[in-house]
Amino acid sequence: MLKERLKIALNIHTASDRIIQYIFAVVGFISVAFLFLIMIFLFKEGLPVFNSVSVKEFLFGTSWYPTSVPPKFGTLPLIVASLTVTFFAAAFAVPFSMAIAIYLSELAPATLREIVKPIIELIASIPSVIIGFFGMVVVAPFLQDHFDIDTGLNVLNAAIMLAFMAIPTIASISEDALSSVPTSLKEASYALGANRWQTIVHITMPAALSGIWTAIILGISRVLGETMVVLMVAGGATIFPTSLFDPVRPLTANIAAEMAEASYRSDHYFALFAIGIILFLLTLLFNVIANYLSMKYKFKWN
Amino acid sequence: MATLQQKAKYYETSSFVIITILSYAIIGFLLFVLGYIFLQGYKALSWDFIVSFPKNEMREGGIFPAIIGTLYLMVGSSLVSVPIGIMTAIYLTEYVENVTVLNFIRLGINNLAGVPSVVFGLFGMSVFVIFLDFGSSIIAGSLTLGILNLPLVIRSTEEALLTVPISYREASLSLGATRWQTIYKIVVPTALPGILTGIMLSLGRAAGETAPIMFTCATFYTPFVPDSLFSEVMALPYHIYVLATAGTHIEATRPIQYGTAIVLIVLVLGLNLAGMIMRYSYRKKLKG
Repeated sequence: MLKERLKIALNIHTASDRIIQYIFAVVGFISVAFLFLIMIFLFKEGLPVFNSVSVKEFLFGTSWYPTSVPPKFGTLPLIVASLTVTFFAAAFAVPFSMAIAIYLSELAPATLREIVKPIIELIASIPSVIIGFFGMVVVAPFLQDHFDIDTGLNVLNAAIMLAFMAIPTIASISEDALSSVPTSLKEASYALGANRWQTIVHITMPAALSGIWTAIILGISRVLGETMVVLMVAGGATIFPTSLFDPVRPLTANIAAEMAEASYRSDHYFALFAIGIILFLLTLLFNVIANYLSMKYKFKWN
Repeated sequence: MATLQQKAKYYETSSFVIITILSYAIIGFLLFVLGYIFLQGYKALSWDFIVSFPKNEMREGGIFPAIIGTLYLMVGSSLVSVPIGIMTAIYLTEYVENVTVLNFIRLGINNLAGVPSVVFGLFGMSVFVIFLDFGSSIIAGSLTLGILNLPLVIRSTEEALLTVPISYREASLSLGATRWQTIYKIVVPTALPGILTGIMLSLGRAAGETAPIMFTCATFYTPFVPDSLFSEVMALPYHIYVLATAGTHIEATRPIQYGTAIVLIVLVLGLNLAGMIMRYSYRKKLKG
């Protein structure tokens, strides 16, 4: 609308204006170019690993011993670790995030909302190394003492800290979705005798559902890619977890833990970049889905 | 016998109570995390802690080089992310008319924002450290963090530009100003506080990220303050990570870990708070 309204005026162009516009157009594509550059370098440094292991072995091999002779590059335990930790983090984060989203959009008085919303946003800005540090020095000893386990650095600890990190993302996008539901829908519901809770559950939340899904998917994508927290508190063992109290090593933590030891362009180095490819593709997939869903709900109400 | 309506009322009240409790539980946990670190760490803080070098294998002394290193990375990364980010945002809000191009760039930016930070680390290492042969250096770390921050700067600048009323632009154009004159004399100055918000948030992010700097510039210890763009640096988040996990004196350096954590938290949350306050007053001004 903005550009259409300005169109007539914009027909007056000077030569220098046109040159400036071209410069902006070139810069405008730089971000996209970087995304492709990331992809190219990941593939360039990651794909050579498949000269020594097959794709099947790499994705479904059950042991990761990069320095044994011969080395074993099976990433399944790492993939399972990432998925397990992410699943439990999402399971913890979603109820809290929904509560915050509903509280902010439907319950909180305007003044309180102006205070609570920035506080929740502030959580997102805490550096992940601080969250990981807190998990190590506070949550780990607490778990160890109260559950009688060998180590407090495990799936549960990582899931709790990751959930805390994901809450602001999920809560704030869900809140936007809930707030963008037209008031007329809610009024219609009240007019039929529904109370506020019935309206939230049966009208507002279903209407905002694609936005809420966008929020959850973006939250999951963030958790999946988070490195420092899982590096510090997930325990680091390359095993298949059988309980919440097992130490694990997710994909991101594995890259961070081993990159310094892997010599340049060795199979180990290639394998770590190949793990980067897995992460890149997984998060890309989640983001494309989230993008699609958010376009859908924007079209619905505008 | 409760009527249907009383039952519904009962559900409503109890749900609202639970929702409120869950919401404030998270704020409580945030305060607990910050409060705990401050209570454990404030004793380690002193002027000396800020301005002196580590001593005695990190067990004593301060974190001066890590603070300086982090400041260098903040400035360096913003030299990359701020100009490119602002220009991209201006292009998206003021110039592009083709919806397909707009959606394509938006999709690219959204996906760039979703790339895991450790993958940025891999990218920075393979491109800047090895391919361009900068070595592990401030310039490699700054470029990596700058690219990481691009989506953040673009989004907040876009948001700021979009809040500038159309009438401002129309008034300028009707007076005979060209499109570019309108942008840099009217739109950008009006949106400046909003743009500064984005810059502050990105500085905070650059200060706090660990994974992207691990393989591109960070080192555990240097006895000197970096003297060129090609020096390795110490950085606050990396310092916390190494002392807490890999040092030989994990227990002995605990106070220093807490102290460093406080410095990092104050720096990052301070920048974010300042940015948020600025955004708040900016929005209020344009509305009122």
